[in-house]
Amino acid sequence: MQTGATTRTILVVDDDPDFLAQQQMQLEAAHFKVLAAPGVQEARHLLEECQPDLAVLDLMMEDADGGFALSYHLRKKYPGVPIIMVTAVTSQTGLDFTPSGPEQKSWVKADVILPKPVRFEQLKREIDRLLARKP
Amino acid sequence: MTEQLRILVVDDEPGMRTGIERTLRRFSVTLPDIEGEVAFELQAVDSGEAALAQIEASGPDILLLDHKLPGMSGLDVLHELAESKRDILTIMITAYASLDTAITATRRGAYDFLAKPFTPEELKAAVRKAAKHLLLQRQARRLAEEKRQVRFQFISVLGHELKAPLAAVEGYLNILRDRSVGDNPAVYQQAVERSLVRLQGMRKLILDLLDLTRIESGNRRRDLANLDVCEVAKNAIETLIPEATAKRVAVELATPGPVPMRADRGDLEMILNNLVSNAVKYNREGGQVRVTVEGQDETVRIAVADTGIGMSAQEAAQLFREFSRIKNPQTRSILGSGLGLSIVKKVAALYGGDVQVQSEPGVGSTFRVTLHPAELGGEAARAAAPPAPPAS
Repeated sequence: MQTGATTRTILVVDDDPDFLAQQQMQLEAAHFKVLAAPGVQEARHLLEECQPDLAVLDLMMEDADGGFALSYHLRKKYPGVPIIMVTAVTSQTGLDFTPSGPEQKSWVKADVILPKPVRFEQLKREIDRLLARKP
Repeated sequence: MTEQLRILVVDDEPGMRTGIERTLRRFSVTLPDIEGEVAFELQAVDSGEAALAQIEASGPDILLLDHKLPGMSGLDVLHELAESKRDILTIMITAYASLDTAITATRRGAYDFLAKPFTPEELKAAVRKAAKHLLLQRQARRLAEEKRQVRFQFISVLGHELKAPLAAVEGYLNILRDRSVGDNPAVYQQAVERSLVRLQGMRKLILDLLDLTRIESGNRRRDLANLDVCEVAKNAIETLIPEATAKRVAVELATPGPVPMRADRGDLEMILNNLVSNAVKYNREGGQVRVTVEGQDETVRIAVADTGIGMSAQEAAQLFREFSRIKNPQTRSILGSGLGLSIVKKVAALYGGDVQVQSEPGVGSTFRVTLHPAELGGEAARAAAPPAPPAS
């Protein structure tokens, strides 16, 4: 176990209870503190109470663009918190949401977009990279 | 709804062209079958060559085509049109009723004939018939396309609904294989339990899908028997005892006496299993479910009332659609295929009946099904029948 001083808090939002549980299990095993929210409302409540070090959001939640709205809210409230967007959009609709330039990245308000299904090692690598950038 | 159809008149006699134009200019056709009215826009040309150019330019719906033309004949025009596979209905105008011309023209796709000389009434009758045919044909095509779209959408949502549990189980299996979440055995146990729950959900979805297919195929032979609806309800309640006990929900059949009904047992089971299962699933801890059955004057009424989370009128309006699941924090952890109520509604319709819901958020919901056993077959036959073919 790492000491409290270095424990980073990750907000995970996903409307699939098992995807949420799996991320939580794996992140906790990797010594992160996890705030798990099954929806946009719950995530907003959690954000009122504390500031995470990083957020992992599912793009398509109950109202289709819930993830977008939440990332916008998060960016406004805590501008420095990196956001990883996880999405099944590409495999579901064939649309490619991968941001190709800085311009698009600012529009989707995410630092990284990962297509579902995400391997945990891949997610972990992105989390470590984004957290290392932070002071 | 007034629809505008374009008529192109092709005749080399100027008198003929103006005569037709005068007759049809203010003419309109009412089609009660499709609640439509048709008005006409007229264009006229004097040769087959000009006709083809005009068709290319403005795409008319109906062609009034003279057989005898100076350059290319009416039959030549027909031939060209058949090649281009255009959606045009042709009425051939022939100088005299010639059997040969009629046969050749029909082979080349003409829809009708008008023999010269004809009265304005004969012309209107021919145009009325053609317009009706054209619109019914287009409507049938539109319906077929809509049906195809609905199917397509259904399959794509179904694909997603099947993929989600697979991905969840896959994720847990990866965790179990890699032992990637530490040493706590309880966490691994949770992974196994949740995998089983998701697989169960997937099985339920597939079973519901088979039920739905069975209802919609319509041609399945129903095993009609004289049943006691109360007994079927009792069985449905018994199968759900484990779920009810786990939630401490008391399920009560409030009707003691037998309610006889001539029906297919499988159909009644689909209705009762789905409604009672929902009443337990969406109930609160320690809540109640009350099932009542009533038979009177050829009508059987089933009501399933719960003391559960209830829903708003807006949510209730979405309820009977396929894959429609109400998503809110209270329903999030409840698994369901999203097909149950759609199945109940379809089965009820087979018996000339319906299902209705009355609900209050936080208080509970009551689902009421009405069945008219004597009407079995009528609705089924109608539902299974293909769209009416265009009348000719």
